[in-house]
Parts: sequence; structure tokens; C-alpha cells
Amino acid sequence: MAKITLQNLRHSYLPDPRSDEDYALQRMSLELADGGAYALLGPSGCGKTTLLNLISGLLIPTEGKILFDDRDVAHSTPEQRNIAQVFQFPVIYDTMTVYDNLAFPLRNRGVGEADVDKRVREIGEMLDLSRTLTKRASNLTADGKQKISLGRGLVRSDVNVIMFDEPLTVIDPHLKWQLRSKLKELHQRIRRTMIYVTHDQTEALTFADQVVVMNNGQVVQTGTPVDLFERPMHTFVGHFIGSPGMNVLPCEMKSGKASFAGQFVATANGLDHKSSGGKLELGVRPEFVKFAKDGIPVDVVKVADAGRFRIVETRAGTHRINLLVPEGGAIPEDKAHLAFDPSHTQIYENGWIVGTRP
Amino acid sequence: MNKTVNQRAWFLVIPVFALVAFNALIPLMTVVNYSIQETFGNNVFFWSGTTWFRQILHDTQFHDSLLRQIIFTSVVLLIEIPLGLVIALCMPRRGPWVSVCLVLMSLPLLIPWNVVGSMWNIMALPDIGLLGKALNALGIPYNYTRQPMAAWFTVILMDIWHWTSLVVLLCYAGLVSIPDAYYQAAKIDGARPWAVFRYIQLPKLKHVLTIAILLRFMDSFMIYTEVIVLTGGGPGSTTKFLSIDLVQKALGGFDLGPAAAFSIIYFLIILFLSWLFYTLTMRGEAN
Repeated sequence: MAKITLQNLRHSYLPDPRSDEDYALQRMSLELADGGAYALLGPSGCGKTTLLNLISGLLIPTEGKILFDDRDVAHSTPEQRNIAQVFQFPVIYDTMTVYDNLAFPLRNRGVGEADVDKRVREIGEMLDLSRTLTKRASNLTADGKQKISLGRGLVRSDVNVIMFDEPLTVIDPHLKWQLRSKLKELHQRIRRTMIYVTHDQTEALTFADQVVVMNNGQVVQTGTPVDLFERPMHTFVGHFIGSPGMNVLPCEMKSGKASFAGQFVATANGLDHKSSGGKLELGVRPEFVKFAKDGIPVDVVKVADAGRFRIVETRAGTHRINLLVPEGGAIPEDKAHLAFDPSHTQIYENGWIVGTRP
Repeated sequence: MNKTVNQRAWFLVIPVFALVAFNALIPLMTVVNYSIQETFGNNVFFWSGTTWFRQILHDTQFHDSLLRQIIFTSVVLLIEIPLGLVIALCMPRRGPWVSVCLVLMSLPLLIPWNVVGSMWNIMALPDIGLLGKALNALGIPYNYTRQPMAAWFTVILMDIWHWTSLVVLLCYAGLVSIPDAYYQAAKIDGARPWAVFRYIQLPKLKHVLTIAILLRFMDSFMIYTEVIVLTGGGPGSTTKFLSIDLVQKALGGFDLGPAAAFSIIYFLIILFLSWLFYTLTMRGEAN
């Protein structure tokens, strides 16, 4: 059990990195509180697995410190760090029974057989594996195997952090949901730090208290699911989280006010910001766009039914703007006007939100 | 909707049938033909039933070469399989040395079998061969043309040199295909190197090892060329294995009937042992 602090961490897979391009993980700092549920979210190849392997000790960072409480473990082995990890594909010891699989980490550490038995049964109970304890592990289904992987991490009562590297990849869709809630329940019960790597926003947002969004080897935003939704720090977060993603529209500043398509748009941020001449954009989520009597003139292009609401695609000139209309709400046939909710409309410069650059 | 019945596709299979018939069925049936008949030439045959089979099964010469064959194959398997596995485990997984090791390992497999025999024949000569001369210089009396033990030692050493590479290459391929996550999980679980071998590598290599054992069993049980070049079955008949015995009977003695019966028994022994081994290994799998 420990607080994990990453200080100026940077990693490259090349032996002699020169430019920023050579780094799979750009310089970053992060603090993970003891007992928290975290998710690392980002598209494939964004560096999230690299970051995970750095924390677990499977990789040694090129630069920077990794502190478990106050101890720098950047150069320690996974065993010394006392962590647990569940991999993308279930890793089990085929020839052993489920029981022996769970007992393996304890026996390797020389724990007495009586304690092993007590602990294994307890964890078996917790993961609903009690009835299969005597079965050979290779005979279980994918979700059972993944539970064994998790169980091997849980049996050690003193692990500092449990890490998940896209653990639901090979699980059937209808079991994914089950396993995910099981995980959430487990976290609430044992209050161990958990880090969950995924490219699936639903998994990240439902599991974690704090989500770390990554892109191109960089941490783009760290925040609660609500933060990420309501105040994306970068247009990437706006795109990546939410379905459909945030509308991003080019804009100009005229006498301190944002304007799009010749119309002034009230925004939540950034009017006092001294522009450095970067590309300016407006960001507003489809949830915060409404049809109005007057406002931005658009053409309605397409309507898609998504159950409790409809996704309406409109065009203002060449720019696409999506909005959500609740079931039963009126949708104009052809020409319409849109209004943005000012408290949820932000200005971005070069992708980053204006005024609060990290 | 009616299904169209068209059996003409069977014609497409004819080439395969012809091929199998000419390279397996017809030769095999000629042997069967010889094994149950007596001939004095001129293509005149008399029915002899199981006479040849009974004769071979009660032949002490056959018993002796069968026993020698079993000992040889067992020794060779007991050494080559573990040795091949150990070498494969020691080989590097990445880097420039991988190709160097692989090429070195493949070399013995690329040498024609009779050349292997000649090489060892010359190398083991007690007066001018590197190996023979060195052993004698060390004070170990060694002469494979006179001492049965020396002959056995040389034959086995030659087989190990020639064929361990095959086991190494198979095992290496198996080892490389184990995903990294297994090793990472073992590291996290605090497994010692022995446990990694016992619970990850060995189980994952099971299929590859089965194939390696089968191939080495069949090949070593049929060994002919290298031994005939190296020792010719001698001294005396101390290294006369089944295939050498068979060739002597068939070509030397021109006893076509007994030789044919011998071939069939030989074939059935290999078939039975391979089947037995494979079934026993795969039974563990099902449970």
C-alpha cells in the first residue's frame, strides 16, 4: 500500500534517443493516491501500456523517478515493487489447478501452507472461483482465466498496486459488463490502488475515479469522468470521450469575443487571454447544442436514432455540427438555427483550452 | 431449391490417388506379396502362409538386432532430447547472435548422411583421426574397429552430433513462440528460474517435444547409412541394427520371403510404438 508519484518520467525504446519523436512516453508527472481507482485511456499506441510497464517495473525508465511513498523504485524489479498485473490475454499456469495457480505467488515467497490455504480460499470466494478450485486452470473459459490472473494479484495482501492492461479484450461482450462491475465492487471492498489501461471510454469512465487521458505519448488530461466530459482540456479529449464527440469549430476573436460563421458566440473561458497567434477553435459537446429561433444558421443533414435521443447532424457551411435531441423533440426539416450553451462552450488555442495550459 | 448433384469432382482427386498408389500402396503390397509366398525365380510363386513370419519371429539374429536397436534408440533419445532442450534454452532470443546460432545449429542437418558416416569414420581412426588419436594420446585405449564399446560410443556420438540440432531447432521455435506476458507474470509472481521452466516453458513445449521425440524415435529406429559407412555393423555384429540386418538378409542372402516378412514386422513395430507414445501423451491432454 503506497502513494505512487511519477516525477519527470520519460521513456524511449531506443538506446540513444535524440528528439522528442524518439520518446514513446513524453516527460510527465503524476500522483496516484493510495487506494484510488485510476484509468489510463487513449488510442492504441499512445503510450499507456508503456506507462503501465514503467510503473510495474517491466520497463526501466530512460529518465525520471517513480516513488512508492518516498522510496524511488525506478530501477527495482517488479517483485521488489510488490505489484500485481493482469495482462491483455489471460496468463495462467496450464498444468496447475486453479488452487495451485492462486497459491503460486505465495508459495514462491515461502508463505506457510496453512496461511496459503486460508488466503486462497478467501480470494476464491471473493472471485466466485470456489467451486472450480480443484479444476485444471486450462479448462476454464476466458473470463475464468482472467479471474485467476486477477486472483494471483489479490492473494498477496500487501501489494502496492494492481494493474490491468486491457483485461477485457478477450472476454465475451455479455460477460464484460459483469466482470467490470465485479472489479468495481472488489475495489470498493479492498481499497487497493488499481490502474486500468484501456482504449474503451466506457470501461475507463465506469471503473475509475480519476481518468488519465493520453495521446501521442503525452498525458493530455487527468480528471474525474465529469471533468473530462464537461471541461475537456484539449480538443483530443473532446473528440475521444463522448459519443458522438465534441464539435470543434474554427473561430475568430473579434473585440474580445469569439465568433463563428459571422455570429458572436458566448463562451465560458478565455476572453482575457492574450493570443499568441495560434489556431483558435470553439468546442461544444452535442449535449449542449440546441435548436433555437435564431443563432447559427445550419442545414439539417442527417438524423440517427440512438434510443432515448436522436443524433442530428447539421452543416454550417462546410463545418459539421452534431447535436442531441431528446425523444419526442421537434427537428426542423431543412433550414434551422443553433444555440450553444455558453457555460459549456470553450475556446481552444492550438488544441489546448485557453487560459489553463498545463 | 434443388441441389445439383455433380460427382465429376472426384476426377480431381485421381492424381493424388495415383501418387499414393505408386509411392506407397503398390510397393507395400509387393512386399506383402513376397512375405506370404515362396519363389525360386522365373516369377513362379508358391503359397507359404505365415512360415516366413514365424521364422523371423524365432530368429535369434533378429532378436539380437532388435535388442541392439532398442538400446541404441533409447540411449540416443535419452541424450538428444534433454541436451537439445538445454541448448535451446541457452540460445539468445534476440540480437545478432540469433542467426549465428541458428546457422551453426543447422549445419549438421545439411550434411548428406553417408558423408556424416565418412567424416566420423576418418575422424575416429585410432592412428590418424583427430578423435581417435587424441583419445589414445590421453591414455584411453580406443579402437572402434576392434572394441565393441568403442564402436557403440562412436556411433552414438555421431548420432548426437548429427541430430541434436533438430531437437534444438524445434524447441527453440517453441520457446520463441511463448508470449512475453508469461515471463512478465512469472516475474511478478516471484517465480524462480526453475519454476519458470517447470510451469511455463515445459508445458508450452509439450507439443513440440512430442514431435521431436517422435521424429527422433522413427529416424533413429531406422538408422542405416551413417552406421554402415562408419562401422559396417561391426566389429563382429555388435553394431548391427535392424535395418542393416534387413539389408543383409534381402540383398546379401537374397532371402526375399524372410526379408519381406522382416520388413513388415519392422514397419509394424515402428507404427505400434509411435502410436503408443502419441496416444499416451495426448491422453494427458484430454483430461
